[in-house]
Amino acid sequence: MSEEIQKFKVTIDGKTIEVEPGTTILNAARQIGGDIVPPAMCYYSSLKGSGGKCRTCLVEVSKGSEKDPRPMPKLMASCSTTVMDGMEIKNKSSERVVKARGGVVEFLLMNHPLDCPICDQAGECHLQDLAYEHGHSKTRYEFNRREFDKIDIGEYIKLHMTRCILCYRCVYTANQLTEKREHGVLKRGDAAEIGTFIENSLDNEFIGNVIDVCPVGALTDKTFRFKSRVWYTKPMDASCNCDKCSGKAVVWMIGDEIARVTARKDEYGEVKEFICNDCRFNKKDTNQWNIEGPRKIKRHSVISANHYEKETPKHTTLLNKA
Amino acid sequence: MTKKLLLENVHIEGINSYDVYRKNGGYSAVEKALKKMSPDDIVEEVKKSGLRGRGGAGFPTGMKWSFLAKPEGVPRHLLCNADESEPGTFKDRYLMEKIPHLLIEGMILSSFALGANQSYIYIRGEYMFVLRILEKAIAEAYANGWLGKNILGSGFDLDLSVTPGAGAYICGEETALIESLEGNRGNPRMKPPFPAVQGLWQRPTVVNNVETIAAVVPIVNNGGDEYAKIGIGRSTGTKLISASGNINNPGVYEIELGLSVEEFIYSEEYCGGIKNGKKIKACVPGGSSVPILPHFLITKTAESNDRLMTYESLAEGGFATGSMLGSGGFIVYDEDQCIVRNTWNFSRFYHHESCGQCSPCREGTGWMEKVLHRLENGRGTMEDIDLLWDIQGNIEGNTICPLGDAAAWPVAAAIRHFREEFEWHVTNPNEATKRNYGLISEKVFEKVNA
Ligand SMILES: Cc1cc2nc3c(=O)[nH]c(=O)nc-3n(C[C@H](O)[C@H](O)[C@H](O)COP(=O)(O)O)c2cc1C
Ligand code: SF4
Ligand code: SF4
Ligand code: SF4
Ligand code: FES
Repeated sequence: MSEEIQKFKVTIDGKTIEVEPGTTILNAARQIGGDIVPPAMCYYSSLKGSGGKCRTCLVEVSKGSEKDPRPMPKLMASCSTTVMDGMEIKNKSSERVVKARGGVVEFLLMNHPLDCPICDQAGECHLQDLAYEHGHSKTRYEFNRREFDKIDIGEYIKLHMTRCILCYRCVYTANQLTEKREHGVLKRGDAAEIGTFIENSLDNEFIGNVIDVCPVGALTDKTFRFKSRVWYTKPMDASCNCDKCSGKAVVWMIGDEIARVTARKDEYGEVKEFICNDCRFNKKDTNQWNIEGPRKIKRHSVISANHYEKETPKHTTLLNKA
Repeated sequence: MTKKLLLENVHIEGINSYDVYRKNGGYSAVEKALKKMSPDDIVEEVKKSGLRGRGGAGFPTGMKWSFLAKPEGVPRHLLCNADESEPGTFKDRYLMEKIPHLLIEGMILSSFALGANQSYIYIRGEYMFVLRILEKAIAEAYANGWLGKNILGSGFDLDLSVTPGAGAYICGEETALIESLEGNRGNPRMKPPFPAVQGLWQRPTVVNNVETIAAVVPIVNNGGDEYAKIGIGRSTGTKLISASGNINNPGVYEIELGLSVEEFIYSEEYCGGIKNGKKIKACVPGGSSVPILPHFLITKTAESNDRLMTYESLAEGGFATGSMLGSGGFIVYDEDQCIVRNTWNFSRFYHHESCGQCSPCREGTGWMEKVLHRLENGRGTMEDIDLLWDIQGNIEGNTICPLGDAAAWPVAAAIRHFREEFEWHVTNPNEATKRNYGLISEKVFEKVNA
């Protein structure tokens, strides 16, 4: 026991947990789980350098640590602030956080087209969920919204920049998963846009993953575009023998046909094992996959309101314990 | 006459050349330092001097230097921030243009103190002509043995070069500057880690303003204690002020900290009073990012103390009735100036300069600009004023770097002190479009004197 690393005790919205030193507030919250977890639109645990940008994960640190109990004056980005022993954090229980987050949602939406009815991401869109949970029902923005042309980046991917929230996840993905650096941000401020340096086609073997990391409908799969609303498709865990990637994926079925293939995402929408372009774009035949069974969608979202298999509600086990 | 430490020799013919600079005592501080002092001695003198960063935040320089991590075998860097892009600030340009060797001498001293062997001056892209001046001066310094290997036989090596930015205000933020210098997009980094631990190429790095580095020269020459004798309290030494707006003598002045604002604005030695016999309406004392002061809070604080040119006195009263010394960009407005227009103009700047990384600043700055533009043109509503207040509040404190705050504060201060003028634009739409005129809020004043 004595050899164990000393763990840090943190309390978030009244719930206490012990975590390894170096853990961020967000990840500590995720270890606790439930509705104390701040929303995160830009942080992505497997992408180095991600986080800090969207500011949806802001929390109030009401007690700095056991040693230095002073509260932190500013709201902190929970995805990039590491915990201290004895730290106390307020997420939803802080009025300041609720107000600031409402502000952030308003900022994210004010130039957003909100064309959900014709957006492939609808139903599994993190911005929809965020707006639904933390946003206001009316916009105060009365000016023209920013618009960009849609562009093809490579054979399989469509970039609809108008919907982009500049989370930079695709930039980190392109930089970290693929060898060539052809994908980046051009211009600055609210004119900034994702660019592939004059529409260079991104034909890297893993570039398709930018679609999965994108929290909104800015990067979509051209082999699936407009085929179906996601909630009319049935997700199945599937695997295949692939020499480029783990071959572990989710196939989204319409009847007996595979409509699209994605990587497996956890309840925070994060992919732990990225898949290659071949699996994603070219294997649309059920013979190419070993279908393991229905995919459980853990995220609370428009999508899980439909006919997906939900996890067994936790309260039964809690009741048993009590 | 005030004591001048930086601009003392600026009017000497040819002082921008090595020979004249040297003849007038130039590089004597380097001689003194490399022959008689250790790096720690210099850090000690800078600490004693009480020198505070002249780039805007006013952080004690000696303390900043002592935070520099010194891991074995890892090179350290000194970066000079010559990005000077804050509206109303043009003092660094003046110094570099007129007396470039002063900066180079300061760079040698500071690099020696910090143990940096490769130092950089990062200069804004619009200052291309100044870059040429610096390059010439650096070449002269190399030619005369002040830069390069084994300077003055001390065993200390220093290479110095100038790198231009591409014209982005944000690259003046120290971590964006580092990114830009590394050849990346100038996006500010998240802190921690701080540059003192992981800066340029992940190495320990100090970033200092041009004027801060130049001030090390007189500190080494005369000693930190002598420097600290000038000024009041924690505001020691001299400060370059860029004075502009409706004054008789706009320009760059070196003042002793502690000079009264009254004297600075009205004496012939400095601004020489308001132009065309007009009355003063407002003043932005520290560059566009700091809160604007209405006429009754400029020369006196809300507590009726004399307002002085110090970090503390300009901030007296907090944001409710005070402002900040900032970068020393002193802008004066006469009675004919329109505060709404000015606020819109500043807002336009921050909108244009936001790097776009974090949502509140990326979206909020553009939104504020649009609402202000509408108000200024007589198309706004009373709700717009509250909306602006709300937007700035949602930006302030919620962003990665202080540009968000810098965009929010001028808007907040303008509404706080000049709300009537915003309202006037709503109730007099036709005149608003035609006239450049408004009213002043005396509310704060009345409250204080009640
Ligand atoms: C948006 C922004 C722009 C800045 N621009 C400058 C600048 O042009 N020059 C400067 O010296 N400091 C600038 N700063 C401050 C620097 O980040 C840094 O604090 C300063 O260079 C430190 O030097 P000092 O301690 O000598 O003042 C800026 C800060 C921000 C947030
Ligand atoms: S990205 Fe999300 S919020 Fe935006 S249009 Fe698509 S579904 Fe709607
Ligand atoms: S395209 Fe998607 S992943 Fe890329 S920055 Fe925009 S929102 Fe983020
Ligand atoms: S506050 Fe503005 S300038 Fe600073 S990082 Fe955020 S978007 Fe960029
Ligand atoms: S998730 Fe933390 S700032 Fe975006």
